[in-house]
Amino acid sequence: MSAIALIFTLALLAVFSYWLGRKRSFAVVNGEAWKLHSLPSYYGFYTAIWCGIPALFVLAIWMFFESSIITHLVVAGLPEDIRSLTPDRLNLVVNDIKNLVTGNIVSAEVDPSMRAAADHYIHLSNISRAALTVLVLVLAIAGALLSMRTIRREKRARNAVESIVKIFLIASSTIAIFTTIGIVLSVLFEAIRFFETVPLTSFLFGLEWSPQMAIREDQVGSSGAFGAIPLFAGTLLISFIAMLVAVPIGLMSAIYLAEYAGKKVRAVAKPLLEILAGIPTVVYGFFAALTVAPFIRDSGGLIGLDVSSESALAAGLVMGIMIIPFVSSLSDDVINAVPQAMRDGSEGLGATKSETIKRVIIPAALPGIVGGILLAVSRAIGETMIVVMAAGLSANLTANPLEAVTTVTVQIVTLLVGDQEFDSPKTLAAFALGLLLFVVTLILNVIALHVVRKYREQYE
Amino acid sequence: MANSHKYTTHIVRAGLEKRYKKEARFRRMGLAAIIMGLIFLSMLFISIIGNGYTAFWQTFVQLEIHLDASVIDPERTRDPEIISAADFGGIVKKSLRDMYPEVSGRRDKRTLYRLVSSGASYYLQDYVVANPEQIGSTIQLWVPADDDVDMLMKGHFDRDKPEAERRIKDNQIAWVDKLVDQGRVESRFNKTFFTAGDSREPELAGIWGAATGSFFTLVVTLLLAFPLGVATAVYLEEFAPQNKWTDLIEVNINNLAAVPSIVFGLLGLAVFINFFGMPRSAPLVGGMVLTLMTLPTIIIASRAALKSVPPSIREAALGIGASKMQMVFHHVLPLAMPGMLTGTIIGMAQALGESAPLLMIGMVAFIVDIPTSAMDPSTVLPVQIYLWADSPERAFVERTSAAIMVLLMFLITMNALAVLLRKKFERRW
Amino acid sequence: MTFQIDSGTDLPEREIDIVKESVSADAYSKVNRDDRKTVGKITHVDARMTCRNVNVYYGDKHAIKDVSLDIGKNEVIAMIGPSGCGKSTFLRCLNRMNDTIDSCRVTGDITMDDIDIYDKKMDVVLLRAQVGMVFQKPNPFPKSIFENVAYGPRIHGLAASKTDIEKIVVTSLKRAGLWDEVKDYLEEPGTGLSGGQQQRLCIARAIAVNPEVVLMDEPCSALDPIATAKIEELIDELREHYTIAIVTHSMQQAARVSQRTAYFHLGDLIEVGDTDMIFTNPRHQLTEDYITGRFG
Repeated sequence: MSAIALIFTLALLAVFSYWLGRKRSFAVVNGEAWKLHSLPSYYGFYTAIWCGIPALFVLAIWMFFESSIITHLVVAGLPEDIRSLTPDRLNLVVNDIKNLVTGNIVSAEVDPSMRAAADHYIHLSNISRAALTVLVLVLAIAGALLSMRTIRREKRARNAVESIVKIFLIASSTIAIFTTIGIVLSVLFEAIRFFETVPLTSFLFGLEWSPQMAIREDQVGSSGAFGAIPLFAGTLLISFIAMLVAVPIGLMSAIYLAEYAGKKVRAVAKPLLEILAGIPTVVYGFFAALTVAPFIRDSGGLIGLDVSSESALAAGLVMGIMIIPFVSSLSDDVINAVPQAMRDGSEGLGATKSETIKRVIIPAALPGIVGGILLAVSRAIGETMIVVMAAGLSANLTANPLEAVTTVTVQIVTLLVGDQEFDSPKTLAAFALGLLLFVVTLILNVIALHVVRKYREQYE
Repeated sequence: MANSHKYTTHIVRAGLEKRYKKEARFRRMGLAAIIMGLIFLSMLFISIIGNGYTAFWQTFVQLEIHLDASVIDPERTRDPEIISAADFGGIVKKSLRDMYPEVSGRRDKRTLYRLVSSGASYYLQDYVVANPEQIGSTIQLWVPADDDVDMLMKGHFDRDKPEAERRIKDNQIAWVDKLVDQGRVESRFNKTFFTAGDSREPELAGIWGAATGSFFTLVVTLLLAFPLGVATAVYLEEFAPQNKWTDLIEVNINNLAAVPSIVFGLLGLAVFINFFGMPRSAPLVGGMVLTLMTLPTIIIASRAALKSVPPSIREAALGIGASKMQMVFHHVLPLAMPGMLTGTIIGMAQALGESAPLLMIGMVAFIVDIPTSAMDPSTVLPVQIYLWADSPERAFVERTSAAIMVLLMFLITMNALAVLLRKKFERRW
Repeated sequence: MTFQIDSGTDLPEREIDIVKESVSADAYSKVNRDDRKTVGKITHVDARMTCRNVNVYYGDKHAIKDVSLDIGKNEVIAMIGPSGCGKSTFLRCLNRMNDTIDSCRVTGDITMDDIDIYDKKMDVVLLRAQVGMVFQKPNPFPKSIFENVAYGPRIHGLAASKTDIEKIVVTSLKRAGLWDEVKDYLEEPGTGLSGGQQQRLCIARAIAVNPEVVLMDEPCSALDPIATAKIEELIDELREHYTIAIVTHSMQQAARVSQRTAYFHLGDLIEVGDTDMIFTNPRHQLTEDYITGRFG
């Protein structure tokens, strides 16, 4: 039975055992439900949970490890000469076998040993599926029957069901932690392997980045140059341009909307500006590459400037547009958090609105605004699609916004998209960059969130 | 003292004009910021729509085709399998040669064949399989024009430019003009764009494959993210004790909300694909990655919704002897549900527009087939946009823009739905 | 700006020219309450501000009904009444702080130096420089003590130099009775002071602009008795230089600090008169009920 059918059967069984459990609870008290400890439906749920959960758990674990175990077994059954291949090549062979199994086109000629391996694979997975089906169904039925037998008048079914639900709730809430751990581990391990070939210092302080020419015998570790400084510089340059656009416009429009605009203007302008936040970054990237970059290049050409068609300016400008609503809604929040008493106090002394804003509200809201800007910077640094589409690949170390620069995220994408050879420093470099990106944005976020929270507590 | 008051009044009055000027200037700056934002927004939309609206039409060319029985079905079997195996490409080419007998020379002929799409033979194939009785006769068939011809007809190529600088050559233009004179060129609604998968030929490329991929990905995301998000929010808001552990969870959630999306892609690549050996390019993995990405959004919105349910309702439920779990599931959760759904829709909209993490897990492959399940290799709408944006053909520019319009339509619908939901169920306690 | 100002030129209330009529003040106060409502002498011989037929609406709610009252020079006038009676609203009309509330509409005449403060020609900034305000809850800016006091003079350009500013700050803090307590901590944030000190800082901030009238909206309601006593003492001293209108929910406070008292009830000005008179011999039944504690 396929996994989907199995899950479906399980669901049916669970529904059925709910009904059984409920009926059973009526039976043990001769239909006088008020004698039961819990409502009859809880006995139903109790039975259904025992029917479904253990079986589902086994099913999930089985599915998780099935493919790798079978692959392992198949590889073990391969002829010696194939097994002794390098891991990369072996991977290719395994892929071919899998393709044979699913009936896809295979990259190499099909030789008998491959055919045999594929048959082996199919055989094993058939066994595995059959075993799984039997196991799961037996577990489900056994669970339902056993739990039904425990139903008594004084059985605390509600408490049992509730504690299971609570376990589910607690388990869900730990996902955030596991995600963070997962992120850290996944980038850390590969990054450490990267730093085994390329020393940390030459990565962090190297001035040259050219992972593409990785295969040159005379180089140390036969790897390219992995100095990440040009990437940092490019990322910072583009983020800086983005901030130059986003902070004044976002902040000023938040101020205008919060302090000046009438109801009607606010009702129209606010949602319109928020549309900017909902536009996918890939659209911004396309807009940057198709409209903004040529426009900047051509207008630069008019005044005799040599502008690259992948200029940092174009990418930064569009990224700034993307971040405007982010800055403006965060500033709006913090400005609105400044108590009315501050405005009253200032206006009661005869300050004009702008004086109140400039001298009282903004200084009071400053920590919150700074926190918001830090979050915006973190977002600019991590933004990917705009720079992938509108910024270049060449790692120039320059501060000239009219030239093409590249960023950390662009390099991660270029290194990991397309054909990858695993374990090459080139691929691992992407994880090292990912680690760096994560750490930098993590620091920015933690500081920013802390600042914003402290700020809010001040006025709460 | 009276004098001193007068003095104050005098000074204040003297400074007033300047201060009001400053006030007006500041106000204008605020207004300018808003207008700038709106200008950017409208520029974006104008650029996308202006580039994209023509993609909803496609130029078709009417060919006069002789369905040579000896080529298509020499045995007169009328068996669809034998018919579809015939060399329809050759027939289309022959029909073009017949329509332009003056064209000679291999190169010119090859250029000539490029008047119609390479997909024309499939159109012919479908037609003949459907109408086998026509074999042997001469038919008039509308087939899609090549993308260059399409662009020419839509006016995207400048005829006045020197020949060397344009993609379409003088002789091609002459041929097209002749077709136009004969009334053999027509602009039709571009159905292919909505029904086909990806293709190297712009005129045969469509978004249906990517849309299906997006659909599967979103379904996976929704099925995982909604229950997990709501469960987390309920736990943190209703059950969790205030201790270091819950603080840690909270810090994690807030931080994950601000982690760059590409990092989630790295996680997906390293954990789901490399460690657990899940298939590359599959919506299942994409959905799992996007789940991790959208969970913080859903959790934060759900917690806000739970917070807005007044404690009096909780007290009322507990007061009549409900268990805490019953109180939450019978009273608090239903009241908070609209807010949670709003947050979920916004999270889904985010997931629908996301592309960077999906690049990492291989959802950028060139995939022609329409995926049929969450395990099939597929791509998603935003990634399709990215792929097309990278293609050099002019015709892909308009298709990219059109795909963006479709994507934005979905997103605007989803967000409008969220706003409506919020408006409808907004409750002040 | 979005607030609605109705100078009231086309409203019927305005056509009854009470300013002239009120010359015969006694006649006015003796009129039957059904016509004129207010009992007592609403005028003052040396009036700084005169209010005639002031009505305030919040949207549809009629918050102040036809109130007429003079505020005399260098007097402390207390406004008392049960909560929700409109005394704070009335006070906020006097320097147009109600402008900041969108739905608020004011009609009638409030004049200062014979200029209608709700007239288009009247400048709010100028008005507020002349009529300062101290609020219910102390609201020092999140700046240093020095900067808090210097804020008003700075925005109005009252000081030409640094020494001028320092002089103003010192004088104001001294007048507010805060100098001795804070002179060594001028650079500390104002929010770090105790509640009573904060409120005196706010008073110092208000008088640093050298206003003619200082409005105080329940300035002691957030303070403990000792701090309250200090502020009351201060109010008495300030009377020498300023006219003070104070809203208070405490009758004792009104009795202690004011020379005149106005009693408000549900938006009406019921009775006004010398404080001694009001508290010893109220003429209106409602006033008497309030003062004797039958409601409040």
